[in-house]
Amino acid sequence: MSENFFLDNPDLQFRLEQLDLREVLEFKEKGYSEAAVYPGAPRNYPDAKDNYRIVLGVMGEICGEIVAPRAAEADDEGAHFSDGVVTYAAATQDAIDAFRQAELFGAMLPREFGGLNLPESVYSMLVEIVSRAESGLMTIYGLQEIADMIEEYASDEDKARVLPRMARGEASGAMILTEADAGSDLGAVATRATLDEATGKWHLNGVKRFITNGLADVSVVLARSEEGSTDARGLSMFLVEKDETVKIRRIEHKMGIKSSPTCEIQYNNTPATLIGKRRFGLMRYAMNLMNGARLAVAAQALGIAEAAYREADDYSKERIQFGKPIRVLPAVGRLLLSMKVDLEATRALLSETSRWVDLWKVYEKALNRGDAPDESAARARLKQAQTLAETMTPMVKYCSTEMGNRVCYQSMQVHGGVGYMHEFNIERLFRDVRITNIYEGTSQLQVVAAIGKLLNHSLDPLLADWAAASYPADMTAERAILGELTGVFQAAAVALKAQPERDRVDYYACDLVDCAVWLVNSWLLLRDTNLLESKKSVARAYIASIAPRLRASAEVVVGANPVPLEAIPVLLG
Amino acid sequence: MTDSRPIHSVVLVKQVPDTHNVTGDVMTKDGTMNRNALPAIFNPEDLNALEMALEIKDRFGGTVTVITMGPPKAANILRESLFRGADKVILLTDRKFAGADTLATSVVLQKAVQKLGQFDLVLCGRQAIDGDTAQVGPQTAEKLGIPQITYAESIIDIADGKITAQRALDSGSEIVRCTLPCLLTVVGSANTPRPASVRRQMARKLSATPNEYAALRTQWPEFETDEQLEAYLVANDLKIAVWTADDIGATEGSIGLAGSPTQVHKINFVVLESTESKTISPTPEAIAAMVAELVHEYIVG
Repeated sequence: MSENFFLDNPDLQFRLEQLDLREVLEFKEKGYSEAAVYPGAPRNYPDAKDNYRIVLGVMGEICGEIVAPRAAEADDEGAHFSDGVVTYAAATQDAIDAFRQAELFGAMLPREFGGLNLPESVYSMLVEIVSRAESGLMTIYGLQEIADMIEEYASDEDKARVLPRMARGEASGAMILTEADAGSDLGAVATRATLDEATGKWHLNGVKRFITNGLADVSVVLARSEEGSTDARGLSMFLVEKDETVKIRRIEHKMGIKSSPTCEIQYNNTPATLIGKRRFGLMRYAMNLMNGARLAVAAQALGIAEAAYREADDYSKERIQFGKPIRVLPAVGRLLLSMKVDLEATRALLSETSRWVDLWKVYEKALNRGDAPDESAARARLKQAQTLAETMTPMVKYCSTEMGNRVCYQSMQVHGGVGYMHEFNIERLFRDVRITNIYEGTSQLQVVAAIGKLLNHSLDPLLADWAAASYPADMTAERAILGELTGVFQAAAVALKAQPERDRVDYYACDLVDCAVWLVNSWLLLRDTNLLESKKSVARAYIASIAPRLRASAEVVVGANPVPLEAIPVLLG
Repeated sequence: MTDSRPIHSVVLVKQVPDTHNVTGDVMTKDGTMNRNALPAIFNPEDLNALEMALEIKDRFGGTVTVITMGPPKAANILRESLFRGADKVILLTDRKFAGADTLATSVVLQKAVQKLGQFDLVLCGRQAIDGDTAQVGPQTAEKLGIPQITYAESIIDIADGKITAQRALDSGSEIVRCTLPCLLTVVGSANTPRPASVRRQMARKLSATPNEYAALRTQWPEFETDEQLEAYLVANDLKIAVWTADDIGATEGSIGLAGSPTQVHKINFVVLESTESKTISPTPEAIAAMVAELVHEYIVG
């Protein structure tokens, strides 16, 4: 039987089926009016859903049949660098060619530029599938928010020039933000953009570092356009098409995702065009990119975790110790259960988050173009969607990448000694997953991004909706626990918000974000029990595992004990 | 200066039971195959033939038409051909075609290709994984009265009304040239068939023969009548043409069972049963003994 990473994954298929995109697609498909213009544009909602099954099925087949079998080869070979030229590993290039033949690029771009016009929710699923097959490849396929950002903010000439090529997969993209001294602190970017007043043309000079897929043909580059400025307000975003003025100086030798070339790039008076408005480079455009990228990295970690779980699941059936397969041992069963339940909880969170991101995007576009039927209602919906998207995006990035690391760790434990060996896939997955909670903002930065919103009770309307909904009769006990935990979480948020010392808020923020993740995941799994009988066991196991931990973490937050903070200068100097 | 005019290709394909995945309940006790027990798939080397035709189109321009003779369900591989890049597909289906051997099949295919009119190349897989005869391609070429290149592995060039192709042989390869039109049978090593394109699949997923309208309307209740569905399909070039024996002008004595001189002399029903298993100890001596035994039994070597 042929391998298909979508059709062999019932939970992913369930997520697609339950995903309610009616409201999103009403805008995104412009009342399904494009069916008359573009072949393959959906005629109605069921047709759109059917199209998504097609896209995911084709991606699943390519990843199962072509990409995954060569993942170890891509890792061993890695990307190449010689004489200033970067080339992909053979397996990576073949995978890109297959995606191109299958016309899977341009995932979220509108059809007028040759795109598939997919919502973020479906794109996240594509990214998960690619990452399960070969996580390094995700950094090449999973950078489609770059095209999306160009579509949103670049000039019409720039869009017409680069987007159709990106949609065909002929031109790849890179987001070029970081420098040696500007990583988490992007406000410190020093690459200079200078405007030639006579010609009205911009040129870039400077060095960028840690650039994923830096060999790309089309780049968006964050640079300092305002001479003499020192902070984020002096930065603008530029579009660069690779030419001889762009020098790749080296690629990094990394622990994992070795098929993904991470480049150091030098700009030597490189021609560039301004994207959007000056001074909004970091605050608007880079943040827009980062939000999309965070969701994509969450999907990447989920895909790696799915692969790691399957490795452990298979191995635990084959490996006989003490006269039986090791999976029947409670200690091993505990690891496998934890992995499976965590995966499904995270997938539910990613799906919910992506839907709010989709709603945010479609309402923002509709209002910008003045084609929302009821403007004040649309504004209210936009505000709600934006708040939830901005709260949940860092939450899911944090949750999924930490989960991915945990699942890979657990999977290696199930393997025992052989899992530490290069011949076993888990060894690669363990290395690959490690970057996910570092790049696109470390977990610590995701906590910073989420905490402000959580302290302002951004989740409360959602929690109230879930508390008011109905659930199967045999889930009454879990529902009661979640009612209690919701109160515990909200009290902890109130207590932390009332904390006058900023350092203590920052110190205990991660505990509150943990509580929020556990709580939201639990409600989402409970909601799933209305739709699928098998989700009852998942919800019960998850809630049983997190309830005591949530209570304990909430106690930590409420106590906000100053002792550890005071110990830092004493013990660490 | 070479002539690089567009090349019009016809690809002959077959839907076959997936004999690569034969399981226990597939063979009946009388030695025939329980076709329902196996998934029906696109004959693998026919996919290579389609890919070669699509590569020729990418290189020289032109069109790719795919034809299959089979039951109504064979429309599935025609849709798959459309998803991969075929321009036009035709289903040859008729009760009168049933029971055809390779000769009767090639008569039908010849008539269908001739009905299409002008063509430069006919491509088909070397052989199908159910019958494994490798006869239909060559017989069809003979009936069409055109030259053939069997075991084609790659196209080196098409110019000035001639094709230059490489054939895969047991001992190596050979390069041959012949005039167009001609027929090629394509081997599995020729290429890696491209994946289906999502855009084409979304655009062509409703492609159907009239036989399939009822099922299609169950899935898409927006089409309330067959007429409404057909009007939509025709307007969007999605109606799959179906040709019968009468349509291609095949006479009854030359097709189907009546046109098939092949007689099955005898069927040997071979039951492979693993009655016992051997455990080989992990020592160099035991492994060497196992290898020697396998070589002796002609299982390896």
